[in-house]
Amino acid sequence: MIKFFLKRLALTIPTFFALMFVTFMMIRLVPGDPIEVRRGERGISPERLAQLRHEMGLDQPVLKQFWDYVWGILHGDFGTSIISRSPVLHEFFTLFPATLELTLCAMLLATLVGVPAGVFAAVRRGKFYDQALMGAALTGYSMPIFWWGLILILVMSNTLHLTPVSGRVDLIKYYYQPVTGFALIDSLLSGQKGAFGDALRHLILPTIVLGTVPLAVIARMTRSSMLEVLEEDYVRTARAKGLANWRVIGVHALRNALIPVITSIGLQVGTLLAGAVLTETIFSWPGVGKWLIESISRRDYPALQGGIMLISAAVILVNLLVDLTYGLINPRIRHGH
Amino acid sequence: MKFVKLLGASLLVSTMLAAGAANAKTLVYCSEGSPENFTPAMNTTGTSLDAARPVYNKLVQFDPGTTTVKPALAESYEISADGMTITFHLRKGVKFHSGVNGFTPTRDLTAEDVIWSFNRQWKPDHPYAKVSGGAYDYFNDMGMPDSLVSIEKGADDLTVVMKLKEPNAPIMANLAMDFATIHSAEYADYLLKKGTPEQFDQMPVGTGSFSFVDYQKDAVIRYKAFEGWAGKPKVDDLVYAITPDPTARYAKMKANECQVMIAPNPADLEAMGKDADINLMSQAGLNIGYLSMNVTKPPFDKVEVRQAIAMAIDRDAILKEVYQGAGQKAKNPIPPTIWSYDDATVDWEYNPEKAKELLKKNGVETLETDLWWMPVQRPYNPNAKRMAEMMQADLAKVGLNAKLVSYEWGEYRKRLQAGEHQLGLLGWTGDNGDPDNFFFLAGCDKDGKPAGQNLSKWCDATFNADMMKARALTNQDERAAIYKEMQKIHHDQLPWLNIAHSTVFEPVRKEVSGYKISPLGAHEFQDVDIKE
Repeated sequence: MIKFFLKRLALTIPTFFALMFVTFMMIRLVPGDPIEVRRGERGISPERLAQLRHEMGLDQPVLKQFWDYVWGILHGDFGTSIISRSPVLHEFFTLFPATLELTLCAMLLATLVGVPAGVFAAVRRGKFYDQALMGAALTGYSMPIFWWGLILILVMSNTLHLTPVSGRVDLIKYYYQPVTGFALIDSLLSGQKGAFGDALRHLILPTIVLGTVPLAVIARMTRSSMLEVLEEDYVRTARAKGLANWRVIGVHALRNALIPVITSIGLQVGTLLAGAVLTETIFSWPGVGKWLIESISRRDYPALQGGIMLISAAVILVNLLVDLTYGLINPRIRHGH
Repeated sequence: MKFVKLLGASLLVSTMLAAGAANAKTLVYCSEGSPENFTPAMNTTGTSLDAARPVYNKLVQFDPGTTTVKPALAESYEISADGMTITFHLRKGVKFHSGVNGFTPTRDLTAEDVIWSFNRQWKPDHPYAKVSGGAYDYFNDMGMPDSLVSIEKGADDLTVVMKLKEPNAPIMANLAMDFATIHSAEYADYLLKKGTPEQFDQMPVGTGSFSFVDYQKDAVIRYKAFEGWAGKPKVDDLVYAITPDPTARYAKMKANECQVMIAPNPADLEAMGKDADINLMSQAGLNIGYLSMNVTKPPFDKVEVRQAIAMAIDRDAILKEVYQGAGQKAKNPIPPTIWSYDDATVDWEYNPEKAKELLKKNGVETLETDLWWMPVQRPYNPNAKRMAEMMQADLAKVGLNAKLVSYEWGEYRKRLQAGEHQLGLLGWTGDNGDPDNFFFLAGCDKDGKPAGQNLSKWCDATFNADMMKARALTNQDERAAIYKEMQKIHHDQLPWLNIAHSTVFEPVRKEVSGYKISPLGAHEFQDVDIKE
């Protein structure tokens, strides 16, 4: 298992370097540098522009800038944000827990609802339940996130008053400083009565919005995978042996049907980590997605480069975990068969 | 161990603040983004300046809701007869915030703090000059290094003497701007000794009505009331809920999760106006949207061609469609809320026939031109693309074929400022309410070369001489007379076509009282109260 893990890890190193190079060069190909973007209608004299570019090291040859950047990363220094002047690592790890918490909640919702829904749809293939579920899944998959979020706010918060509109905490009732960065944990640690429930309520809408697309994907994937497995000989054998229906479906069929579903979950986690930006914007969720978008628009090179590298690291790690999970479920994969 | 300590401290702070919060009067303002830092001298965005404003004061300040300059930390000031020396008399007993970042001030505000604050931006050898990047855009943009000779302590600790190279009437308005915020030199020294000078710009200590409590990036900024020289604010706690999406801000207002919000979505204005819980405040914006005509590119070097363009474009239709009525047609390069505005100016009429005649007279019957539009929404132009399309259609009616051009926003400004365009849309939002802060856009340097912001590259010797003359006068009536003359020159010469001054809207909940819209786009809460 360790050999398998190390082999997979070694494969990620060239990926990282390629990613680092591409990110570094691509952002510099976008017109406008951090200084020009910062300037308003007033403009800037060529002398002052040159002075500021010099101070920020932007007048150095690009390859030299790249080498300095790589050297910094090899020494654990991801640079300093041009906008906030804070270390990029510090900014990232301040914001990342919020994104991770939301992603995990969304995936939990998507998996807990999506897998059973897919199984039921497969078992009742062609029946009303199956058709309704697949129709709903298709709708969920094609739903524009921004629209869906605003509709939920309008109905759940402004009309029914069931959930807060946005943010992670009721700013008037509660105040606690982040210890772990996870609102659910920090609210518990704060010891304030009702704080955990409040944090949970704030998670409901963003979780639903972010979880909708993966839920649809997982439900469809589970259904089609289950349909395939239910036709297998060993399932027929299990039924012939007189095993209870729930045991045939839940143990024999589902376990084998889960492999493509786990792949899908892994891919979805990666997508959500990097792409929760719309949900974060609608719900004022202080995560890395919004931070990265702002870094692009303001040409905050170090923040953008560092952010992409770190997000990529998280995505690669998730995929590595998925690979390892295959190994646990199916020993043939672990042994390289 | 570190985690346990952090947890312990967090529990303690949380319990204390939660206990206090139960009875406190809290005002929540839905802001749109995170500040870059809390030092106004280093920032240019409204979001960052708004975040620092509750904490700080300046020597002089704008009267809330106006552009009138009034004393603040300086209770009075005198300008010498030659206009080259300003003596500020500081208030006695002005306290700095205590307890922020472990700092306890041992003294009140003195001239040392004022000198420290300006020197940080001015003197490269200042110990804080390079801290947090050290780019002081406004200080440089407002021409302070070129204006100042010295800033020194006067006869006592509460007197500051500012010497200028030449008389500079707009400088008092400049000093009311946020870059001229006064910091605590003692706090700076404390952090330097601690070895953490960068915290100076992240955990601010000032003399303002609210002291800084906490900032969580992209989430919240918290302040608590401070009873300083200006008295105690009416609310106990001020909270900025960072809410980037305007529709979500409105939803939060409706749910009473915030009571004041920035920048409503134009599409929501109608609903806000009808909302029984919301008071939709509005005010003429201190801005101008204009169409620059590059006088270095024929045939726009001919004044009659520029006048023909003015008559060919139906600005009333633009006002109706692009501004949706939330604006005022502009006939002068300064908005009507600025003193010296010349209401007697007779605007160019929409007259395509006359425009055609004028073009023909100047040998222009058909013409291929470009027409640049900004790729972003700005306060002075809510939809530049639609505006350009309407102008394109109007110009086609008089035989001009305008090709629409746009670039990424930074690139757009750079190219426009380099004068690559023939016709180009841009605009301006005033910094300080002084007329000079608008006229300089059409100004040239002493050698008669157009500055970067002069997009039309138009240099008129009389206009320029008048601008310099007005800067040197301290009498407002005399200055106003000169500015009226400059408006006449601008109208006749038409380096740019004035399009509109937009209206600024700010929704506040009905429970809120004492809130005033700032013509400068600032958000201030010193005098704001909220019904519980």
